[in-house]
Amino acid sequence: MSKFKKKSESTQDIPTAALPDIIFMLLFFFMVTTVLRETEVLVEQRIPRAEQLVKLEKKKLVTYLYIGKPKDEALGIEPLIQANDAFVSIDGIVQWVNVEKDKLSEVERDQITISMKVDEETKMGIIVDVQTELRNANARKIIYAAPTKSNDN
Amino acid sequence: MARSKDKGGSEVNAGSMADIAFLLLIFFLVTTQIATNKGLTLLLPPKQEEDEPLEVKQQQRNIFKILVNSQDKILIEDDQVIDDVSEIRSMVYDFVLNFGSPGDVKKGAAKVSDRETYASLPPAMRSYVNSNLGSSESSDGPSSAIVSLKADRGSSYEIFIQILDELNAAYNRIYGERVGLTDEEFRKLKRSDPRQKALYDEARSGIPKAISIAEPSKVGG
Repeated sequence: MSKFKKKSESTQDIPTAALPDIIFMLLFFFMVTTVLRETEVLVEQRIPRAEQLVKLEKKKLVTYLYIGKPKDEALGIEPLIQANDAFVSIDGIVQWVNVEKDKLSEVERDQITISMKVDEETKMGIIVDVQTELRNANARKIIYAAPTKSNDN
Repeated sequence: MARSKDKGGSEVNAGSMADIAFLLLIFFLVTTQIATNKGLTLLLPPKQEEDEPLEVKQQQRNIFKILVNSQDKILIEDDQVIDDVSEIRSMVYDFVLNFGSPGDVKKGAAKVSDRETYASLPPAMRSYVNSNLGSSESSDGPSSAIVSLKADRGSSYEIFIQILDELNAAYNRIYGERVGLTDEEFRKLKRSDPRQKALYDEARSGIPKAISIAEPSKVGG
């Protein structure tokens, strides 16, 4: 008996001195990898999932259009288009694209990519209208943003 | 002797450091979203000029027509109604690789004719084309094959994305098989790496991804 007791006298605690360092490492990882949202999205966004996704290579060239039902019920239930942080009408898209193009350097202007984030309940009518306007504005590269479909369904 | 008393209190207690770091970590976990820059790409046709004729006549057999009505029902080639979107993938695959009457005319930026494209296919694909395809009623060859997707104004965005996904899947399968990859491996090729870029270009030469989004009809069916 006495033999066992002597052994158990040694400390059984796991050393936790390195724990803060580990947590800090995790913290730094998240701080570096995440991007804070610059704009507040004012429309509903439940984006349909897809499988054949392509990753965008140059983030600088991408600008975002959000389309969906407005979150604020006072604005009605018809889908609206949000560019950056304000709503735009269909006719305002060409002007908005030109403003966005001016922010890029001259060689990159034609490569501007419009990322469309569209709510799944939106009808195709408004999307086709937006596409026509983008053609008129000569912003021909578009990408329909979509999250990855999980494999089980 | 007073010194020994001092010794005990000279260390700052760092035990709660972990808790503070945890708090910060949880704050960042909750407030941030990892930005997703993934999606389905599409290149729109150039702006329509006023004096240009509205439609360039294409041979009907070279166009694979997909129509979607306002009830999200899908009609293929004007005579086939399908319920399952995933059927489109193999249909488009067969349509693009039909090689009904491959020509020697060099087309596109890479200047590759259909015959050269055919010769560059791996043997397994060639034998598939020989035994199953080659119908005179489907496309002449990959360089002239066009997939036309026409969605009614009242159809939902969800079905549009599903179909676009299937079309991209069909093309990625063709490109992938051509260079001996699966469609997923092909999709993940990084174009910034010269060796992977060469593979990407090799897979795509002579088979343009011609997906056309047609102007929808104003009245729903």
